[in-house]
Amino acid sequence: MNNQKNIKLLQGNEACVEGALLSGVKFFAGYPITPSSEIAEGMAKKLPKIGGKFIQMEDEIASMAAVIGASMAGLKSLTATSGPGMCLKQENLGFAIINEIPCVVVNAQRGGPSTGLPTKPSQGDMMQARWGTHGDHPIIALAPSTVNEILTLTIKAFNFSEKYRTPVILLLDEVIAHMREKVEIPAPEDIEVINRKKPTVPPEEYLPFKPDEDGVPPMANFGEGYRYHITGLVHNYKGLPTSDSQEIDAFIRRLHNKIEKSIKDIIIIERYLLDDAKIALIAYGSVARAAERTVKLAREEGLKVGLLKLLTIWPFCSEEVNKLAQQVDLIIVPEMNLGQMVLEVERASRGKCRVVPYGRVDGELINPIEILGKIREEIKK
Amino acid sequence: MKTIIDNYIRKEMFPNIWCPGCGNGIVLGAIIRAIDELKWDKNEIVAVSGIGCSSRITGYVDFCTMNTTHGRALPFATGIKMAKPDLKVIVVMGDGDCSAIGGNHFIHAARRNIDLTAIIINNMIYGMTGGQYSPLTPTGKFGSTAPYGNIDQTFDLAELATAAGASYVARGTVYNARQSSSLIKKALDKKGFSVVEIISDCPISYGKMNKMKSPVDMLKWIKDITVSKKVWEALSEEEKEGKLVTGEFVNIDRMDYSEKYKGIIKKAQEMGGNKQ
Repeated sequence: MNNQKNIKLLQGNEACVEGALLSGVKFFAGYPITPSSEIAEGMAKKLPKIGGKFIQMEDEIASMAAVIGASMAGLKSLTATSGPGMCLKQENLGFAIINEIPCVVVNAQRGGPSTGLPTKPSQGDMMQARWGTHGDHPIIALAPSTVNEILTLTIKAFNFSEKYRTPVILLLDEVIAHMREKVEIPAPEDIEVINRKKPTVPPEEYLPFKPDEDGVPPMANFGEGYRYHITGLVHNYKGLPTSDSQEIDAFIRRLHNKIEKSIKDIIIIERYLLDDAKIALIAYGSVARAAERTVKLAREEGLKVGLLKLLTIWPFCSEEVNKLAQQVDLIIVPEMNLGQMVLEVERASRGKCRVVPYGRVDGELINPIEILGKIREEIKK
Repeated sequence: MKTIIDNYIRKEMFPNIWCPGCGNGIVLGAIIRAIDELKWDKNEIVAVSGIGCSSRITGYVDFCTMNTTHGRALPFATGIKMAKPDLKVIVVMGDGDCSAIGGNHFIHAARRNIDLTAIIINNMIYGMTGGQYSPLTPTGKFGSTAPYGNIDQTFDLAELATAAGASYVARGTVYNARQSSSLIKKALDKKGFSVVEIISDCPISYGKMNKMKSPVDMLKWIKDITVSKKVWEALSEEEKEGKLVTGEFVNIDRMDYSEKYKGIIKKAQEMGGNKQ
């Protein structure tokens, strides 16, 4: 065993590349867009070295399609974009969801709407990550707040996508995508890498959408002797279109349930000085960094403030927030938008405590002092 | 009696959803006969389609099949081919699917010369949604969204594919199914991006609005508006107006995309070894 740690100074987007490689990524399709382009550049350089494939497609829609195609053919696949590109990916993201095709989509958030603020951070896409593609569907979205977490959560994203047969969104923001921090790159033998379940039955008995007990059907890759159909239409166990209302209902519910029943595995949160807290901050991404500092400053003033930091933002950790709402008097939700996560927090709190938003949409980071100011202002009320 | 077709279809999917007299079945037959002659292993064939009547073909054939989103079949197929270059990947599209919503993907697949076969069933109309005009509806003809006649110019898909860099380009018709099957066979066998446009009929949507009520009327019309390359060359510019030329237009040998990418892998590994 090599005891020497592999420590590097990496940019957030570079850490995503390293995390993806450790996860076994073998395919990347993308389209240039700020602030995620370094991921494509890293992939273009590194994938062929390990026999993987990189392709720059004609647009964001095509990139998403190619990623799904490559995953169907058995390769762990990644694409990366930002808000305007994420809009375009929604169409085929839905296709990946309904066909349960593993893949990871990075959205390095920038200000919006539209072209917005290409080089400034935002958290405006939290609800888009949840509801961007049409129809009733589940999604997993992870949101790191440090460069090191970008690496570890990229690995998690691939693992979740393979384990639950679903696309996973990795929601960065411009600041953590571009900042450089110390990263500890784990040795391959020290990380858990999950690969999709393969069928255990012969091809003639294989039902591509018949779930196991965990709600997830084993997945045969194209070209491995299992011939079957994939369609964006609602389909039966065989993968063939159905208009049977019972089959439709069971299918849509199963898509949700396979995520819902594994929520304990999927939800990753960190509690910081919450045990005795009377005021809680709930934050993710680069805002969570500021909020952590706010907690320290507030504690110095004798204020019992703690932080719930979300690393998984979808599915939302409603149970944890509900418990917290019963403990504290006040929850403040600082976020770089005019109130997206706060809606979920309000819903989960069910009126058990006061929930207050703190939003900023000027393209600047939320800083610790202003969150502290918000706390002082609110406790006077 | 078992026919060649029986060996390649998913019987449980029949009867199909196509209208009586639709040309899609003729194209399906032509594709299957071509594959049968090539003796391809069904396990190695992937058929990809988008949205529209023609795209339902993938549901009916016993390969690995993928009925994807509107216009996007080619980029899905590109991902599959990149991932597993040994698979034989066939893409079936309609005229709206390929030339309108999927137009950008079409020219770029041709430009890359990725080893896919694109078969475009051109019935000159959006059939499934009820007969709206497509980029391939002839100027002056009618559609449900062109009630006063279509003023748009059409694309010539074969010329578009040629200009964009396809290695094989041909056009056939459902009237001449045997020729279509042999063009498809050559396209399938071609390394690189190959394109076969099949002029087809939609008696229900196109025919009704353009005074061709029966499938026979439509097939006769297709016969009348298409000419072979040989005849075409002898026609005056005036005579060429409103006519479509059939046959093989491009058949060149060029290194395909996956082969080129192997060169990238070799170069990258020589430069930096296997280390990340």
